[in-house]
Amino acid sequence: MSNELQELRAEVVDWIKHNKPADPGFLLPQTFMEVGSERVLDFLREWQHKVWSSGYLGMAWPEQYGGRGLSPDHQNIVDAEMKLARVPICFNVIGLGWAGPLILDKGTDYEREKYLKGILNAEDIWCQGFSEPNHGSDLGSIQTKAERDGSDYVVNGSKIWTTMGNYAKYMILLARTASQTERKYNGLSFFLAPMDAEGISTQPIKKLTGEYGFTETFFTDARIPADCLMGEEGQGWRIAMQTLQYERGAEAGAAGGISILSIVMNDLLNMAKDLEREGQPLLKDPVTRENLVKFLIEEKALTLANKRIAIPALCADYPNSLSLSGKLRSTEFYRRMRQYALTLQGTQGSFYVGDDDAIDGGFWQRAYMNNFSTTIGGGTSQVQANIVGEHVLGLPKD
Amino acid sequence: MTNNRTQNTAIAFSDEQAMILESAKGFCRDRSDITAVRSLLNSDNGYSGDIWAEMVALGWTGIAIPEQYGGSELGIGSTVPLVESMGRHLLSTPYISTTLASQALLRGGSEQHKAHWLPLVAEGSIGTMALLDSEDWGATSTSCNLSADLELQGTKLLVNDAAVADFFIVSANHQGAQVLVLVTADQLSSEALSKKVLIDETKRACSVNFSGVKLRADAILPNSEAALRDSKLIGALLTAAEATGSTAAALDVVVAYLTSRIQFGRLIGSYQSLKHPTVEMLIGMDSARSFIYHAATVVGDEHLDQDAEIACRMAKAQATDALLFAGDRGIQFHGGMGFTYECDAQLYLRRALWVQHQYGDAQHHRLHLANLLLD
Repeated sequence: MSNELQELRAEVVDWIKHNKPADPGFLLPQTFMEVGSERVLDFLREWQHKVWSSGYLGMAWPEQYGGRGLSPDHQNIVDAEMKLARVPICFNVIGLGWAGPLILDKGTDYEREKYLKGILNAEDIWCQGFSEPNHGSDLGSIQTKAERDGSDYVVNGSKIWTTMGNYAKYMILLARTASQTERKYNGLSFFLAPMDAEGISTQPIKKLTGEYGFTETFFTDARIPADCLMGEEGQGWRIAMQTLQYERGAEAGAAGGISILSIVMNDLLNMAKDLEREGQPLLKDPVTRENLVKFLIEEKALTLANKRIAIPALCADYPNSLSLSGKLRSTEFYRRMRQYALTLQGTQGSFYVGDDDAIDGGFWQRAYMNNFSTTIGGGTSQVQANIVGEHVLGLPKD
Repeated sequence: MTNNRTQNTAIAFSDEQAMILESAKGFCRDRSDITAVRSLLNSDNGYSGDIWAEMVALGWTGIAIPEQYGGSELGIGSTVPLVESMGRHLLSTPYISTTLASQALLRGGSEQHKAHWLPLVAEGSIGTMALLDSEDWGATSTSCNLSADLELQGTKLLVNDAAVADFFIVSANHQGAQVLVLVTADQLSSEALSKKVLIDETKRACSVNFSGVKLRADAILPNSEAALRDSKLIGALLTAAEATGSTAAALDVVVAYLTSRIQFGRLIGSYQSLKHPTVEMLIGMDSARSFIYHAATVVGDEHLDQDAEIACRMAKAQATDALLFAGDRGIQFHGGMGFTYECDAQLYLRRALWVQHQYGDAQHHRLHLANLLLD
């Protein structure tokens, strides 16, 4: 690593030491999908603004749009240290990782000027309107309509699982502008829609955890300016697929910032180290040890897969296997691992957020239940298994 | 806790190793199609002498042997792509046995052992390990004894390729410690070997009675302790590599059936109840493959360190479980055909049941991993 990067690492470590916020006295989200109250929102907004104004967010974005014009490596080093230090997340994820890079990459100068800085400094929160009620993972079946009327589009329909829909200023919206197309994907268009337009309303969804974070979003003759259209009519599907590519990190164009608290086996082992079973330390119990080692092997396999994927000679028979199965493997691992954490807690696993006897304030209870957003969102594990079976192994469709 | 102990996640694969893998894939595919495999099931030695000679000529038996002893000094990690390819085509030869025996000599033998035997191995001599005298890979003792006047007493249970071996590396108690000794085939009595009936018909093994064999003091490997530990771990790695190849092959057989067999008017691979477990086979194989090449990366010529031990044990645990699952589901998904000897699926199930007990089953390795990772 170059001297410059090593200095940056030392600098950010020192910055974290002096700026990591104290425990605010309420639970902070483990992912950006759990911003469910104003006080959490205010706290995270202030934090992201601080990270940005200190020069640690959007480091690889151009200076004229609020970035620093540095390399993705700079951002990656900062993110790695932030992750390690378990600072709060940079919550404006749809802006930082999806809309921002898209606008930077494909947008007009006007759009870059208008949107990018507000994404970085957390003034403008972005949300995503792809999924619809009853269509879940199948974006091709989107029914929300956008009809051109003079200088506006008139939007009707509804979206669901809109993260921070009730706080967002803008939405990246996928809507149908033509109903009669040869392929169902060709009728879709992509908009940068203002959430304050008349006719747009949101309804918070109470999650199985009892917390909030998502909304359902309704469009009732909502008029959005025609210049909100990104690209041209009918290109929506392609732009949406392009948008998903940016999330892969700063190299791919994302602004950076950690969007999710990493919860790993080491955390589970630390949680379990003082627990007992049959009057003995839990970590001496042979069955527990066997199970823990299985999880440790699986966790390491995830890391190793990310190494092997870079060596084509070792992926020759099924070249796209590791990339297409990545979501399935990791989200299902974390689901089972987090569930096991609660099993290991013994009776303390029956307490919940708000009870003084819940371990770590109910950290694992939330971690496990919220993990379903990853095994369901973005294509359920069952859909993922179909994709791997059909596109990697060549098995016939249903 | 585990923080530092599972951190090594290196996988390196050189262009040279990639060429070895390519050539091994082609060789094993050409020489060991399923007809060839089946034609050897009832043969005496379980392999073709011609193919073994070709493997020797390709330099495979010398790949991990230092140049000074006639090898190409590419390291034990470079045998992993070879063994994975052999597993993929069920090509059973004394390759694993010989590689392990030569590694034991390299790591624990005297200069004289190495100078004599390693060049012979590079030229095709066959060696094997004789370690086990009970069902328990976790046993810390052996019932085989080397008396003060250097006479062996005892029988080893599952000695692979014993009938064709030129030399044996045998574990025995000697003056309060476990040692490895080198025994040559000509030192055995004519009734020493007793051929075993094995669940994997591509494999060959005997019980070997070493009782009465008189040794010279220089038959004892000077660095026995390290060689014994390292050989067992490398044994776990190589059998994991073989199992990973066999899992990929079992998967191929299942996929071929699921994409051709029609039931209730549909290709059966379209049913999610078959499709999803087949994806699980793939994922298990993929993880096993990541582990064997990680282990191949961290296992060097030196005494194996803790990272290498963790890597070998994880590789064996993962590969064993993956092949057991693939072998078992492979029978089930073939329906009635799967229940027949004629169906190739049985070959992989039998391989799974064999390979799990080579150099320790998954539970054995997880128990040792727990001690390494949780205490």
